[in-house]
Amino acid sequence: MPLPPTTHVEFRGLKKRFGNRLVLDGLDLSIDVGETVALIGPSGAGKSTLLRCLNGLTHFEAGEIRIGDELIQSNGNTSAKAVRQVRRDFGMVFQDFQLFPHLTALENITEAPRQVLRLSHNAARQRGVELLTRVGLGDRTDAYPGELSGGQKQRVAVARALAMQPRGLLCDEITSALDPELKGEVLAVLEDLKRDRMTLLVVTHEIGFARRAADRIVVLADGKVIESGLPEEVLDNPKHERTRQFLRQVMR
Amino acid sequence: MKPLALIGGLFIVGLSLHLPHTAKGSDPPPLPPLKWGADAEGGAPYVFKDPKDPAHNIGFEVDLAAALARELKREITFTQYDYVSLLPGLERRDFDFAMNGLEVTPDRTQRYRLSRPYYTYKLQLVTRKDDSRFASLDDCKAKRAVVGTLGDTAAQRLLDKQGIKNRIYDGQVEPYADLALGRIDAVLLDLPIAVYYAQPNPKLKFVGEPFAEGHYAIAFRKDQEALAQQVDAAIDRLAAQGELARIFEKWRIPSDIPVQWTLGACAKLLGEAAVTTIEISLASMLVAVALGLVLATMRLYGPAPLRWLAVGYIEFFRGIPVLLFLVFLYYGLPGISAQFGWPVSLEMGRMTAAILGFGLNYAAYEAEIYRAGISAVPHGQWEAAASLGMAPTITFRRIILPQAIRTILPPMTNDFVSLFKDTSVVSVIAVVELTKQYLILSKSSQMYLQVGVLTAIYYLAMSIPLSYLSQYLERKWSKGVR
Repeated sequence: MPLPPTTHVEFRGLKKRFGNRLVLDGLDLSIDVGETVALIGPSGAGKSTLLRCLNGLTHFEAGEIRIGDELIQSNGNTSAKAVRQVRRDFGMVFQDFQLFPHLTALENITEAPRQVLRLSHNAARQRGVELLTRVGLGDRTDAYPGELSGGQKQRVAVARALAMQPRGLLCDEITSALDPELKGEVLAVLEDLKRDRMTLLVVTHEIGFARRAADRIVVLADGKVIESGLPEEVLDNPKHERTRQFLRQVMR
Repeated sequence: MKPLALIGGLFIVGLSLHLPHTAKGSDPPPLPPLKWGADAEGGAPYVFKDPKDPAHNIGFEVDLAAALARELKREITFTQYDYVSLLPGLERRDFDFAMNGLEVTPDRTQRYRLSRPYYTYKLQLVTRKDDSRFASLDDCKAKRAVVGTLGDTAAQRLLDKQGIKNRIYDGQVEPYADLALGRIDAVLLDLPIAVYYAQPNPKLKFVGEPFAEGHYAIAFRKDQEALAQQVDAAIDRLAAQGELARIFEKWRIPSDIPVQWTLGACAKLLGEAAVTTIEISLASMLVAVALGLVLATMRLYGPAPLRWLAVGYIEFFRGIPVLLFLVFLYYGLPGISAQFGWPVSLEMGRMTAAILGFGLNYAAYEAEIYRAGISAVPHGQWEAAASLGMAPTITFRRIILPQAIRTILPPMTNDFVSLFKDTSVVSVIAVVELTKQYLILSKSSQMYLQVGVLTAIYYLAMSIPLSYLSQYLERKWSKGVR
């Protein structure tokens, strides 16, 4: 059953437990190519786990994930090639940056293209400088992560993910560790990417950003999608009681 | 006949230098030098350092070796070997014969081919001058004296047989030093030793006459019968000529030549030994650093059997003294391979054994340092690299290890510095490194302070630059990292 060409990712009946706790409870969700989806919901709802399952960083017990022609199967039965392909397709940005501290900003970006794509030193460097410039850090190529602010680090992390030229980006609460005044610079980068028709799957607590930038808001609770729709529908007129409850808490 | 032919040959060469080939043709092929094993550490009057020049050995066995060389018409070269390892060294063929005050005993006669005795010794009891409790060995027994002696000697066996409490020393300097300090009550040792090490000490006195006669002989392996017979005959000739008696008379009492060593001469000898220390330390650290990484990755990421193997290795080598392992490696392994008829000889040179011994031992420690350092890198780094499509091996090499190095470097430097000092135990497999050379020189000269300071300077000259290098690398590799 190939996916229709407009669908980028499809989660089907995803189940995942941590010990006794069911984190994903038969979750179904479909993402279109070029769509920007904001995943919101109370903590523990399974938002981060969903991204990690997609990228092959975590196994799940039941269900499957289709990404283009590739299939991520339950219990780690996925072929290494499929995992590799999916990781080429989706870059990932983490809440705590996870930049490589022993490499400069530029080296952080060029490392994977050089080691994985076998890009030449110059080609990788050129791509790295372009990306750093794009995220507004063209002047910090030689800075080590320890010398950058949180917002700058996260922009380097985004550039690092982009260097592999993915078609989509998985953003796992990428502004949660940042001071409020630094969140904006990172979110601006995401809005820029949206204009490039990248598929963006963004786990976030930034309701303002979700309203402004997302094509669709998906609300997760107790391992399921409880509500999904246009930002104004979900945010201004939530249908589900859990959504209302959650929105009251974050808007307060 | 042969000497005549040789002289004739020399004569011809001397007369007709333009015809060297005719003369050369009549010479017998020269035999390789005989290697003589003995310990020059505090070894007067047998083999010890010349008070005029620390680079030379003197003593009655040195003179005897020279006389034997003349008689055998064969060069004899000296091999420094720890006294306690002399006979195992002979069995290992590290040298051709052992001559170092070895007493004739039934055990040795059975196991080795002993030469005709070349010296008759007696034992001498020594006590403190101010101590009048012991006039004989019987007094020692009755009054429960603690008597110092050397291990595996006639004196020790006599003390054991009489049920006298004894304390065993490795060298002949230490028992008399302990006696003078009141740590033991008496010392029983061979008369020549007592004459050289006790008589000059104003705090000590000889008690009673020398007694319990015994003999020194040269030890060969059983398979060296032909050589042993030649040496026996040579000793007979030397005895008949009165040469033996002349040699022993010369060394009967210590000469009063004071030690005239220059610090430069000592420094040169210590410097050569320091090179050995550095060679062993660097090479074994290389082994340890490489093997340690393999062990650490096996333990961290290997499948269960490899993991157990690594854990077993680490626990084993951390648990046994390196000295034990070295002795096994050097003296034990060749015997084992021969005993079981393995097609490979497990015999190795002493440097190889030393490097392997320390390398394998330290690999266990380095493995744990690696493991700690690698585990300290956050798991998120693996995930970040994986999300970029980097394979685990590339991630390990390019991302994890470079970060781990920062944590690994200081404790590893620490180990390296202690390795420089730990290598001193390789003297048990007859390697003369810095500490052994210090012992030889200081015990022969009593220049403990001067030689000690020189030795310490050498050790510091190794460890301090290493510390600075480590600090430099740490700074360099943690650039920008907070």
